[in-house]
Amino acid sequence: MKKYDVIVLGGGPAGLTAGIYLSRARQKVLIIDEGMIGGQVVLTHAVANYPGLDEISGYKLASEMKKQAAEFGCDIRTNEKLVSFDFSNTDKFVNTKSGEYQARAVIIAVGGQPRHLGLESEKSFQGTGISYCATCDGDFFTDQDIVVVGGGNSALEEAVSLTKYARTVTIVHQFDHFQAYDYAITAAENNPKIKFLMESEIEKFTGSESLSGIVIKSKKDGSSRVLDVTGAFIFIGYVPGSEPFKDCVILNDRKEIVTDEDMATSQVGVYAAGDVRQKKYRQITTAVNDGTVAALAILDYLNGTDPDKN
Amino acid sequence: MTLDTNLKHFSTAAELEEIINSSENVMVCCGRMGPMCVPVYGAMEELQASGDYDNVEFRDMLFDNPEASVIRNLPECSSFRGLPFTVYYKNGKVVKATSSIQSKEQVTEILDEIL
Ligand SMILES: Cc1cc2nc3c(=O)[nH]c(=O)nc-3n(C[C@H](O)[C@H](O)[C@H](O)COP(=O)(O)OP(=O)(O)OC[C@H]3O[C@@H](n4cnc5c(N)ncnc54)[C@H](O)[C@@H]3O)c2cc1C
Repeated sequence: MKKYDVIVLGGGPAGLTAGIYLSRARQKVLIIDEGMIGGQVVLTHAVANYPGLDEISGYKLASEMKKQAAEFGCDIRTNEKLVSFDFSNTDKFVNTKSGEYQARAVIIAVGGQPRHLGLESEKSFQGTGISYCATCDGDFFTDQDIVVVGGGNSALEEAVSLTKYARTVTIVHQFDHFQAYDYAITAAENNPKIKFLMESEIEKFTGSESLSGIVIKSKKDGSSRVLDVTGAFIFIGYVPGSEPFKDCVILNDRKEIVTDEDMATSQVGVYAAGDVRQKKYRQITTAVNDGTVAALAILDYLNGTDPDKN
Repeated sequence: MTLDTNLKHFSTAAELEEIINSSENVMVCCGRMGPMCVPVYGAMEELQASGDYDNVEFRDMLFDNPEASVIRNLPECSSFRGLPFTVYYKNGKVVKATSSIQSKEQVTEILDEIL
């Protein structure tokens, strides 16, 4: 079993920042990511609001953060799946498919993922009609009829951007109103290529090799209809990656991990940082803030120097 | 223009042709620097660095390069509408192709199954 001072679960901006602070303070740090290092930042084409940097690709920014963490001495493991853990005692244990690790404190910085509709037929057409990224796949639908599912800012903004390619974009939304800023609603409503199907939900995606239709159910009268479309872009929000930790730390009703202002969770020695924790604004800068605070609070915890607790 | 990855790039159809004819196993990821593509390049870089797949040539190719029609127009990719298009060749023939994001686990499974 390999021993560390701190194990960080998740290598997005929150986890990497915590790693940088902790390893600079000469702690032995392991960062485990079940996917690629960088988190959602890697998914961002251009980051224009990170102080001190001109517009930078998300991939570049994440690579720089990773490099910095590695140079300060963090042990970084990617594509390593969490199998089990025990955080209930002073020593914390983490088992992955490739190893067993022990530490005195843990930071949960696992961020979030795009929410899926959860339909069986959704999986079948991913890459052959269903997409979660308009900038990536929009041009495959040039002069075709498509739908956008969702009613928030992302759904409305992406629907407008998809009109560059598609013949028509039908926004399918489960409620009779949008949860978006006025500017986004107005831009969608003023776009002649956009149609709206409110109080409706997707029942099924259909097609053979690729998507050719969608069965949509009205929430008003329960009737179903088929829409002939070749593309469906799904923007229904993000879900925090807190599920594996639900029995060990307190979550709120949105499944976000509850912390105090030091990022400490309900379990002693376990901290949470970034998008996975209960907070209002989810940005790279706020994730970096959380990672910093969690790291500094852990240093106090490990040294027994927390001014609030002495 | 090339891709900002640590993989070797194909920039012409002739290069691709040469490698698939001279190497038994070739994996090519044809995409952009987008959110669905980057994780696939990352998985390929790690698999290449691991040394476990030294019998595989890992390459990428920019989707917008006109020469990438050699991948875009493959019959195996005809129903694809999500980047990246990832194609696996064995002895010069396409044995598998996937569309959109794939995890390292999914890529490994395919490599273990077909190569
Ligand atoms: C398309 C898009 C564009 C955005 N644009 C901007 C922008 O321009 N500016 C800005 O400030 N913010 C932007 N954001 C938001 C910003 O990216 C996030 O707020 C930030 O990345 C959150 O950081 P994080 O470290 O908390 O989590 P994440 O970035 O989500 O990273 C979490 C990491 O944890 C890993 N992980 C998940 N589960 C586990 C597990 N069980 N075990 C181990 N590892 C796990 C994941 O693989 C991931 O690498 C954007 C988000 C998206 C999706």
